[in-house]
Amino acid sequence: MMMQIRPAGPTALLVELADLDEVLALSAEVARRRAGGWAPELVDVVPGGRTLLLDGLADPAAVADQLAGWTVPPVPATAGELVEIACCYDGPDLADVAEQWGTTPEEVGQRHASMPHTVAFCGFSPGFAYLAGLDAAHAVSRRRTPRTMVPAGSVAVGGPYTGIYPRPSPGGWQLIGRTDAVLWDTDRDPAALLRPGCRVRFVPVSSVEQP
Amino acid sequence: MTGTGRRIIVRRPGALTTVQDGGRPGLAHLGVPRSGALDRAAHARANRLVGNAPSMPVLETTLDGVSLRFTAGAVVAVTGAVAPVHIDGRPAGWSEPLPVGAGQTLEVGRAVRGVRSYVAVGGGVLVPSVLGSSSRDVLSGLGPAPLAAGDELGIGAHHGRFVPVDLAPYPLPPDGTAELVLWPGPRHDWLSDAGAATLAAGRWTVSPDSNRVALRLVGPPVQRSRHDELPSEGIVLGSVQSLPDGGLVVFLADHPTTGGYPVVAVVDPPSLDACAQARPGTVVSFRLR
Repeated sequence: MMMQIRPAGPTALLVELADLDEVLALSAEVARRRAGGWAPELVDVVPGGRTLLLDGLADPAAVADQLAGWTVPPVPATAGELVEIACCYDGPDLADVAEQWGTTPEEVGQRHASMPHTVAFCGFSPGFAYLAGLDAAHAVSRRRTPRTMVPAGSVAVGGPYTGIYPRPSPGGWQLIGRTDAVLWDTDRDPAALLRPGCRVRFVPVSSVEQP
Repeated sequence: MTGTGRRIIVRRPGALTTVQDGGRPGLAHLGVPRSGALDRAAHARANRLVGNAPSMPVLETTLDGVSLRFTAGAVVAVTGAVAPVHIDGRPAGWSEPLPVGAGQTLEVGRAVRGVRSYVAVGGGVLVPSVLGSSSRDVLSGLGPAPLAAGDELGIGAHHGRFVPVDLAPYPLPPDGTAELVLWPGPRHDWLSDAGAATLAAGRWTVSPDSNRVALRLVGPPVQRSRHDELPSEGIVLGSVQSLPDGGLVVFLADHPTTGGYPVVAVVDPPSLDACAQARPGTVVSFRLR
């Protein structure tokens, strides 16, 4: 694993990696070592598309030296918790996505559900997960005009990612379906249904309850 | 914290007054901002003056203060932005412990220097917590809503020893100019040599659309040598992003947890307190470590 370690201020390191698999592998290794008492002062471990941020380190330079000596085993494809998301593929942008994929609106849902997805990272709003899984041929452009309000539970695609809106919010991604899964619940532990490393399978259904 | 039946009734909420404590660190991987008091030194000092633990919940005002009636006696202190303080119309001290009697009203006026005043109450402001914090996060809407007229807030019971300090040393908020100390950010190498020189020598002006999410700075474009699209990456508190239009954004407590613009520098934690208190129009320069 080639790590490019970049300082991020006085207490953090941003580790740049080759791809998502390496991000998840390093993230798992950090979690293992933290469980064994490594870097107890560490506050946040934040995956990105190709990076892992370690924030809250007492001595980032010393940790950078340690990281360079780590052997990081790859994460098996079946390692992450599997979450099934019931999805009714009836989104208003199915036709646009079908055109970009060179298929029919009816086929979009089947194709999307047939692909295995993995939570790469979270952001945008609490519980909003960026799901990797669309291959290069299925990456989609964003809407030219973002919607001012996207309903909670909307399943959307943007670039190489799928996302599900945990709460109503503005959004520029293409809406392909809806789910009644509760993505975010502060009374649940963990509050986020989808966490980095989770595997996600979309299950097509003909209807869902309004969340 | 446990309640005491003592209450605070909001008479005038001010432009934006929120409850803030130490925030929600450790949840950034779920997309949850850290939140918490923006001027952390002033927050801790207000608590110290009334004998609270430094991270207890306090009120954070924005520019025009707040007016609060107390149903029972309490000890309060106002720190952060310098503002006139009155109790039942009588002038009272700023940045010192003040006894407020039952039925009396504490008035924190418009800030004369700085942006955010902190009002600590002995025992702490008692509101429901979300994910371990009472802080209002304006980006994601977590935590109790900003104060509204007529709201009632609880006052916690004191635990442990009550050791108020009469005098707590403090730096005053910036007045017109602020020099922020910067560390190199993870994408410092995305700046051209000219861009790095501009960052070191330039002057920026605080924009009025600054808020708890970010201090927005208008000034000379900071030239980059790279313009690729960056996959989203984790962002630390104090990250300085270079935007495509040349502006700079300094991320404060309610910042998004990931972002796609290059972070060219990171503000030294003590300088974040100056960011919290820099009014629109303040001229900002940087000193690189």
